[in-house]
Amino acid sequence: MENQIFELQYAIDTFYFLVCGALVMWMAAGFAMLESGLVRAKNTAEILTKNMALYAVACIMYLICGYAIMYGGDIFLSGIAGGPDYVQETLAASAEAGFNGGSVYSAASDFFFQVVFVATAMSIVSGAVAERMKLWVFLGFAVVMTGFIYPMEGAWTWGGKAVFGMYSLGDLGFSDFAGSGIVHMAGAAAALAGVLLLGPRKGKYGPKGEIRAIPGANLPLATLGTFVLWLGWFGFNGGSVLKLGDIANANSVAMVFLNTNTAAAGGAVAALITARLAFGKADLTMLLNGALAGLVAITAEPSTPSPLAATIFGVIAGVIVVFSIVAVDKLKIDDPVGAISVHGVVGVFGLLIVPITNDGATFVGQIVGALTIFVWVFVTSLIVWAILKAVCGIRVSEEEETEGVDIGECGLEAYPEFTKIS
Amino acid sequence: MKLLTAIIKPFRLDDVREALSDIGVRGITVTEVKGFGRQKGHTELYRGAEYVVDFLPKMKIEVALDDALVDQAVEAVAKAANTGKIGDGKIFVFPLEQAIRIRTGESGKDAL
Repeated sequence: MENQIFELQYAIDTFYFLVCGALVMWMAAGFAMLESGLVRAKNTAEILTKNMALYAVACIMYLICGYAIMYGGDIFLSGIAGGPDYVQETLAASAEAGFNGGSVYSAASDFFFQVVFVATAMSIVSGAVAERMKLWVFLGFAVVMTGFIYPMEGAWTWGGKAVFGMYSLGDLGFSDFAGSGIVHMAGAAAALAGVLLLGPRKGKYGPKGEIRAIPGANLPLATLGTFVLWLGWFGFNGGSVLKLGDIANANSVAMVFLNTNTAAAGGAVAALITARLAFGKADLTMLLNGALAGLVAITAEPSTPSPLAATIFGVIAGVIVVFSIVAVDKLKIDDPVGAISVHGVVGVFGLLIVPITNDGATFVGQIVGALTIFVWVFVTSLIVWAILKAVCGIRVSEEEETEGVDIGECGLEAYPEFTKIS
Repeated sequence: MKLLTAIIKPFRLDDVREALSDIGVRGITVTEVKGFGRQKGHTELYRGAEYVVDFLPKMKIEVALDDALVDQAVEAVAKAANTGKIGDGKIFVFPLEQAIRIRTGESGKDAL
């Protein structure tokens, strides 16, 4: 009887992991739609190409070596299916532990859930460098980012390994539930390094230093993308509870879903009002960024805040993101979709609020953890981007940028039958 | 014969078309255009940064007219396109040397 209950629990937890992983996979679609909506029509096909290609690259690189670097085990995932006595061994181990409900699920489902997080981190980069970076250089960076840079910092955090054998983030009280820092800020750090070496889009900043807006081509797509991300985030945070098969964890999952949703709502409302007060108009793109900011902020700890606290965290994130986007723009860091603000600045905020509701985390741990992730990802990314720049250049020609990278890189247009006015 | 070209506000197009029909004009050509005049452009705000719209969308209509209809047509367009606000547009009248209906080969006044 106990074995049967245990097997059922194993099946439920594995199933839960797989479904959540599938939801997170769908976030790749969300990023693709959001980014294609916020770039100009002439660069749409290329950003879509980047989004799907980076997802595929991330999946393959994480399979080859990323998962092994992050969590141990063999490269190419050899042995992940378990030996011939896998069922007996698992049941025996569970009986020995007194059926205490420790995390039980298929190792393959764990890989599937982890791999979609890598792809999310990489998706963040594509938006920030949009409209001017060479396609193949970007994919070259994706290979290193998903196969090495991300897995290394993932190993120090979720993997539980010491940072170069020097110090352990877990011992310092670092806690990042679903990856405000590990996934989102890491993606933003890599993006920032790329943008600094890449420079702004042509025409973004005038000769006298004035900031010019470059409106996105398709706000319905950007809105759809944001809704898709919001949906996928239930898998991102909800799945990070890692199991469902008992009352305590089922309750925890429900709280995570609730808090994730309410934080996004708080961020959206706050950003909308902030934009209205600051700019005089209800800027839709800020509303979209606000919802995402709420989601990023709650990601570091969605299980312990009360629903009210989660909403307030989301509200603060929604206000931060609007001013951060304007400030980043003033620094002449051209980020077409606001990825550095949404995922980077708010990602840090998300890490710093964890100790408020989670006694297991410390401010020192959060700060050291944030610095460790940022410095590692930023510096290694900067080196990789610099090498790519020196070897083959990372930016398309001025002529190609003016004509649009769709024709230059992909040889096709996203909307060939549209009349172009400007 | 004369060719009347008018640049008007897009939302006045239906009224102008109707006014021209009423005086017996049997064909017009319409093009979506962009440009600026005294109205100049205007500024919009996107993600906190201002951007200037230098060229405003307008409609260009072209009408080939018999000399007898020119004054009436100019008056009809001027009246129908008028909102009294800056940016209402302009009317230009050019001499027209020849007109030919492609299907029948009729020319001059008969082709209009």
